[in-house]
Amino acid sequence: MSESIIRRPGRWQWLTYLLLAVGTVFFLLPVYLVIVTALKQPAAITLDATWRLPPVWNWASFAQAWTSFLPKLRNSLLLGVTATLLSSLLGSLNGYVLSKWKFPGANLLFMLMLFGMFIPYQSILIPMFRFIKSIGLYGTVWGLVVVHTVYGLPITTLIFRNYYVEVPDALVEATSIDGAGFFGIYRYVMFPLSMPGFVVVIIWQFTQIWNEFLFAVTLSKPASQPITVALAQLAGGEAVKWNLPMAGALLAALPTLLVYIAFGRYFIRGLLAGSIKG
Amino acid sequence: MSDRFAGTLALFATVAAGAQKLEIFSWWAGDEGPALEALITQYGKLYPAVEVTNSTVTGGSGVNARAVLKTRMLGGDPPDSFQVHAGQELIGTWVVAERMEDLAPLFKSEGWTTKFPAGLISLLSYKGGIWSVPVNIHRSNVLWYNPAKLKEWGVTPPKTWDEFLATCRTLQGKGLDAPLALGENWTQQHLWESVALGVLGPDNWNALWTGKLKFTDPKAVKVWDTFGKVLEVANQDAAGLSWQQATDLVVQGQAAFNIMGDWAAGYMATTLMLQPGEGFGWAPAPGNGGTFMMLSDSFGLPKGIKNRTPALNWLKLLGSRDGQDIFNPLKGSIAARTDSDMSKYNAYLQSAAKDWKANKIVGSLVHGAVAPEAFMSQFGTVMEIYLASKNPQAAANAAQAIANQVGLGR
Amino acid sequence: MRWPRNKDQLFALLVILPSLVLVAIFVYGFIAQNLYTSLTDWGRDPAQALSANPVIRFIGLDNYRELFTGLIDSRFRQDLVNTIFFTLFFIAGCLGLGLALAILLDRKPKGESALRTIFLFPMSLSFIVTGTIWRWLLQPQGGVNRLPTLVGLPPGRFAWLTSRQQILRFDWNRLPFYTALVVAAALVWVGVSAFRARARVRGWVALSSAAILAAWAFTLGLRWQPLPFPELHGFNLAFVGIILAAIWQMSGYTMALYLAGLRGVPDELREAARVDGATELQLYRRVILPLLAPITLSAVIILGHISLKIFDLIFAMAGPDNAPTDVPALLMYITAFRGNQFAKGAAIGFLLLLLVAVLIIPYLTTQLSRGDRK
Repeated sequence: MSESIIRRPGRWQWLTYLLLAVGTVFFLLPVYLVIVTALKQPAAITLDATWRLPPVWNWASFAQAWTSFLPKLRNSLLLGVTATLLSSLLGSLNGYVLSKWKFPGANLLFMLMLFGMFIPYQSILIPMFRFIKSIGLYGTVWGLVVVHTVYGLPITTLIFRNYYVEVPDALVEATSIDGAGFFGIYRYVMFPLSMPGFVVVIIWQFTQIWNEFLFAVTLSKPASQPITVALAQLAGGEAVKWNLPMAGALLAALPTLLVYIAFGRYFIRGLLAGSIKG
Repeated sequence: MSDRFAGTLALFATVAAGAQKLEIFSWWAGDEGPALEALITQYGKLYPAVEVTNSTVTGGSGVNARAVLKTRMLGGDPPDSFQVHAGQELIGTWVVAERMEDLAPLFKSEGWTTKFPAGLISLLSYKGGIWSVPVNIHRSNVLWYNPAKLKEWGVTPPKTWDEFLATCRTLQGKGLDAPLALGENWTQQHLWESVALGVLGPDNWNALWTGKLKFTDPKAVKVWDTFGKVLEVANQDAAGLSWQQATDLVVQGQAAFNIMGDWAAGYMATTLMLQPGEGFGWAPAPGNGGTFMMLSDSFGLPKGIKNRTPALNWLKLLGSRDGQDIFNPLKGSIAARTDSDMSKYNAYLQSAAKDWKANKIVGSLVHGAVAPEAFMSQFGTVMEIYLASKNPQAAANAAQAIANQVGLGR
Repeated sequence: MRWPRNKDQLFALLVILPSLVLVAIFVYGFIAQNLYTSLTDWGRDPAQALSANPVIRFIGLDNYRELFTGLIDSRFRQDLVNTIFFTLFFIAGCLGLGLALAILLDRKPKGESALRTIFLFPMSLSFIVTGTIWRWLLQPQGGVNRLPTLVGLPPGRFAWLTSRQQILRFDWNRLPFYTALVVAAALVWVGVSAFRARARVRGWVALSSAAILAAWAFTLGLRWQPLPFPELHGFNLAFVGIILAAIWQMSGYTMALYLAGLRGVPDELREAARVDGATELQLYRRVILPLLAPITLSAVIILGHISLKIFDLIFAMAGPDNAPTDVPALLMYITAFRGNQFAKGAAIGFLLLLLVAVLIIPYLTTQLSRGDRK
C-alpha cells in the first residue's frame, strides 16, 4: 500500500492545523460535557453551570452504573462475540461464493439478500417475536444471537463480496489447477487473505450488535438483557438526574471505544483493501 | 393470624404445590423503583416460596414498556400481572379484547367495594365487571405556588380561570413576564385537561368521554379559547423544559403558578427538600374546586397466565391496607383506599387524602383514565394543530375526527 | 445444461443456501406479512386490536389513502418531508465533513493517528448514547447556548430541538405539480445526455416525455388537489440539532472511507499532475475527487439507509412526542404500540421500505450490471 511521501511543508500547513483543531473541539466538546456531568453531584447539575468543572468530584454515579451494568455485561459480551463471529464467518463464505462461483442468478440473489439490510426493525417486531418464541429461544441470549446473525448477513456478505472480487481470478484458477476444490480454495487462498476484511466486518458488526436496543428490550428477559437495556433503565424514571445516564453512557461505550482505539488503524487499512469500492 | 404463621402455612402450601413464580411487569424505574421494591419485599415475606421477577422496561414515558407488553401478549406470553393506568387505558385496550379476568369476585371477597370510593370503582368498571386493582392515586388538577412569593406580590391562588387570567395580568404588571410555568409537550396536555375541567365542569367533562358531548359543541370549543389565553401568560421556552424545571421556576420565584400532578409535591419535598405548606403551597386548579381529577397505577389479571394463584395473591397484597401504606409513602401518592394510616404520609398527602374522600372524582385524560389509547396517542396531533394554528375550531374539529375514528364512548 | 459442472459448484450453492433461506424468511417473509397487515383494518376496532384471535378484515389501500389524504394524518406527511430533508442535509454534511477531515489528515500532520481516533470514535457509540448526550447539549437554556457566555458574549437563543420555526415551506396540494416538474427535469437531462451519446431515439423519447409531463403539470397537475384545504409543510429548524448530532456520529465513517481512498491514489499520479503544472486545488478537483466517486456512492448508500430508518437517535434526543422532530420510523412505533393501530403502523412501515427501495434499487442494478462485467 502506498504511503504519501513527505511533501515540502506548505505555506498552508498552519491552516491545516487550525482546521484540525476546530474539528477536534467539535468532536471532543460533548465528551468533556459527559465526563464533567457524570462527575457532578445531582444538585450541582444546573443549566447555568453546564460547562463548569464539578465543585466536588462524585464517583458514586460510576459505581452505581457499574453495579447495575455488571450482570448485563456478560450478556452483551456473549451476544456480541458470538453473533459477530457467526455473521462474519457466514458472510465470508457467502462473499466467496458470490464473487468466485458464478451460478445462474447469483447476482440477483445477492441483490435480494442486500435488500435485507434496509428493513426497519419496528415493522417486523411482532412476527419476529412470534418466531423466536416458537423456536423456544425467547428470553435467552441465543434468541438475540439468531436475530443479529441473520440481520448481519447482508452487510457482511456485501463487504466480503466486494473484498473478494478484488482477489485476482488467476490466483483462484492456479489453485484449482493444483487440485484444490471449493473448500480448498477457500482454505488456502481466500481465508488467509481475508484479515483486513474480517477487521472491518468484525468492528462494524460488534458495534452494531453491542449498541442495538429494540430487539434487546423486546426479546430478552431480565436475566438475558444486554447492556443497552440497563442503560435505558438508568435514564428512565420521572426525575432524571443527569449524572447517572452520563456515567452509564460512558461505561456502556467503553468496550466499543476500546475496540476503535486499538483497531482503528486496521479499520482504515481494511477499508482501503477494497472492501468499500462501489 | 400473624404474618409469620401465615407465611409458614403459605410456604408449606407452595412447597407442596412445587416452587412457584411470579412475574411483575412495569415501567417504574429510577426514583419510582423503591416503592415497587418495598412491595415485592413484603410479598416475599408473605409468600416466601414464590420467586418474583421484577421486569421493568423504561424509556419514552412508557412507550417501550407498551411495545414490549403488546408484543408479548400478541405472541402468547403474558406477564402474570402488569402495571397499567386504571380506567380506559386498561379497559379500552385489554378488556374489550377479552384479555383480562374479571376481578369483581376478588373485590367482593376482599371487601374492597366499601373501601374504595364509588367514583373510583365506576372508573374501574365496565360491563358489570371490575378489571384492575388500583395501588395508588395521583391527583392531576393541582395548582402549585410559592407562598412567600405570593404574599410578596400580594395575590392569592385564583379560584376560576377568569380570575387566574386577571391575577396573571396583575403579576405581569409587577414585572413577572410569565406567571405560569409550563414545560414540554405532555405537560401542556396536562394543563389542557385542568383548563377543560375548569371550563366544562365535571358533568360535561364526563360527557365528553361517553360521547354525549361532542368536541365541536360550543361549550367544548370554548375550552380551546381559554386554553389559548392561558398559554399566553406561560413562558415561551416551555417546550425545552422538563416538568421539574418548570416547577423550579415557581420555587425560584421566576413564575407564580404551575399546574402539575402531585408528583410535583414529591419532587419538591424530597429532592428540593422543601416543607409542604411553607416552601411550597397548593390549591385545586382554577375552576376545579371540589373535583379530584385522578390517575391511578393499577394491576390486573391477564387471562392465560401460568401462575394464577401467586398473581392473585399479589393483587390481594396491592389492595390491602398494609400494601398500599407500604407503597404510597415511598411513591409520593395516596392510597386508593379510604382507610389508610395517615400518620405515614406527609402534610401534602394528608390534604390530598382528605380531598380524595370528600371530592367528586373524575378521571384524567392524559394519564389514561377516561380515554382509550388510540385517542390519547393521537391527542398530541390535536394539540399540535392548535399550537400551529391557534384556531380553536380547527382543534375541536380534529379532536372530534379522532373521537369518531376511535369510537369514543361506544 | 452447463451447470452444475462439478461438485464444487454444488458446494457453492449449498453453502449459500442457508443464508438465502434465512433471508427469505426473516426479510421477505416478514415484509410480505407486514404488507398484508397494512392492507387490513387491524387496530381500528379496539375490541379486535389486541384480542387473542382478532377478527381482521381486508380493506385494500384504505390505510395508505388515509395517510396521504386524511385530515388527521398531517403528521405523517410532515414526517415524510422531515425525513427527506434530514437525509439530504445529513448525507451532504457527512460527506463534506468526512472529505474535509480526510484531506486534512492526508497531509500527514503531527499526531495523525490520535486525530484519526478522535474523529472516528463517535461511530463506536450507540445512537441512544449520542442522542442522550446531545439532548443535554442542546437544551435551550444550557449546553451549546451557554458556550458564548464563556467568552463574554450573550447566550445563544436558538430553541434547538424545541424550535417551531419552519423554512422552505410549500403546500402539500402543490406536490403533484412539483414532483412532475422534477421528473420532467430529470427526463430532460436523460434526453440531453442521450443525444450526446448519439442515441437519438432514446433522446427524443425522453424529451417528448418531459414535454408531456410538463404540460400536464401546468394544466391538470395544478388542478389536482389531494387535500380539501391547503396544508403547509417545510423544513423544521428543530432538525438542525439532530442533523448536527448525526453528523458528529457518522462523519468519522466517511472520513475513514475517504482517507482509505486517498491513500489508494498512487503517488505517481499526483507527481505526474504536479509535473504537468497543476496547483494543489486543481490536483484535487480534476484528479483525486473523480477517483473518489465510487466511495461517495458507497457512502451515500450506507448513510442513506441509516438516515431513512433513523429511530434511536431521535427517540433519545427528542422523545416520541416532539412533533417538530418526528420521523416515520418513530410514528410507526407509536402508532402501532401506543395507539394499537397495527395496520396503519404496518402501512407506515411499508412506505418507509418503499422510500429506501427508491434509494437502493438504482444502486443495486448498477452493481448488477457492473458485476456481470467483472
